Amino acid sequence: MVKRTFMLVYNSLIVFQKDVQLEFRTRFSINAIILFAITTLTAISFSVGPAKLDITILSALLWIILFFSAMTGLSHIFVREEEQQTADTLRLVTSPLAVFLGKWLFNVVLLFALEIIIVPLFFILMNTSGGNSNLLLMVLFLGSLGLSTVSTIIAAIISQASARGALFAVLAFPISLPIIITSIHGTRLALEGNSVSTGFSDLQILISFFIVILTVSILTFEFIWKSN
Amino acid sequence: MWWKFLLGIYMIFIILGAFLYAPTAKGLGETTRILFFHVPCAWIATLAFLVSAAYSIRYLRSQNMLMDLKATSAAQIGLVFTILATVTGSIWANEIWHSYWNWDPRESSIFILLLIYAAYFALRSAIEEKQQKARLASVYSIIAFVTVPFLIFVVPRLVESLHPDPLINTQGKIEMDSKMATVFFGSFVGFTALFFWMLYLKIQTVRLSQVKIKVNSGD
Repeated sequence: MVKRTFMLVYNSLIVFQKDVQLEFRTRFSINAIILFAITTLTAISFSVGPAKLDITILSALLWIILFFSAMTGLSHIFVREEEQQTADTLRLVTSPLAVFLGKWLFNVVLLFALEIIIVPLFFILMNTSGGNSNLLLMVLFLGSLGLSTVSTIIAAIISQASARGALFAVLAFPISLPIIITSIHGTRLALEGNSVSTGFSDLQILISFFIVILTVSILTFEFIWKSN
Repeated sequence: MWWKFLLGIYMIFIILGAFLYAPTAKGLGETTRILFFHVPCAWIATLAFLVSAAYSIRYLRSQNMLMDLKATSAAQIGLVFTILATVTGSIWANEIWHSYWNWDPRESSIFILLLIYAAYFALRSAIEEKQQKARLASVYSIIAFVTVPFLIFVVPRLVESLHPDPLINTQGKIEMDSKMATVFFGSFVGFTALFFWMLYLKIQTVRLSQVKIKVNSGD
């Protein structure tokens, strides 16, 4: 049992490492996601101009940027395997669970990398302070964990369908709505300077949603991944 | 098939009961009567989703295409009831809140359910191969189903709602006039039976059309 768990973690890390190396060779995902986020942020900042936005609108805008950036960059991880026809080899060399965990880890890291750049930039351009930054960081952390998990499993589904780009957002949006609504609410509380205990119910929802969606993804991924 | 006649008579009694027997709630006037149709529709929308997810799980376990047919049929009927619940709710909202749509948490949840159903059928239409279509749609149905409790129970609790919740209020007690409750729960039973009858019809229709294709092609 211990050996199997160890092998699983080891194999997942190998898949993760392979994807990181491939990513550094082309820098496709990281460029796409960061440039998309910056473009959206600039577009919003330009159109708003010097006007100071309400906190409710700001927290909604932040999560809309994050959601659509995730929708542009996070599907590539599975679509690439199908496009370059490397998926079958991957099916042969390792277990489905290791593939899922490796790719999930990649998407989590990618989304966090995006946030490290985009969130401070957002507050600078929008001319606001972070409010209660502890609560804000917790909401961002848990929200992006959930968002990247949803994106990974939906990316695995759409990589095998036609009209991938359009389908990805359509399929991922209803599933990630609980995360988006809760995160916007939590971000608003944080920006208003509320304490962590005020936003505790939001954090609880985000944690439970993340655990539920990760469990279901792990249980069902095998069926997505196996070919006919 | 004697029970379908029984169901017809039963539903007539429910409709008569809703308009003639049940009293109106305080402050809502005659619009109360939509309760006996709107809430069961929303219930069927959710139930159909549960049935669809259950058959999706059975499909993944057995790889039996009949299970996939049942899952799709349940989702199709569920989509119809979701639209019915949305439209009846919207008409009622215009009467009471003087606006057809104002993103009340309940309105949002049913709209998201509508989006999920739409996404499910969009996914099905984007895959050619039958087994693969059934497999991926089943997985999506299961993933979507686990988010439904969050949408229906968690998110509306976060924001203030104007929606009347006579059934489950904050203390979790049922507070309703006894005549009203009789018709209300009677309607639930009637709608549930109606759903399973429709599901049965739908499945039979598709299976018969498959037989017809086989006969015509001479297999």
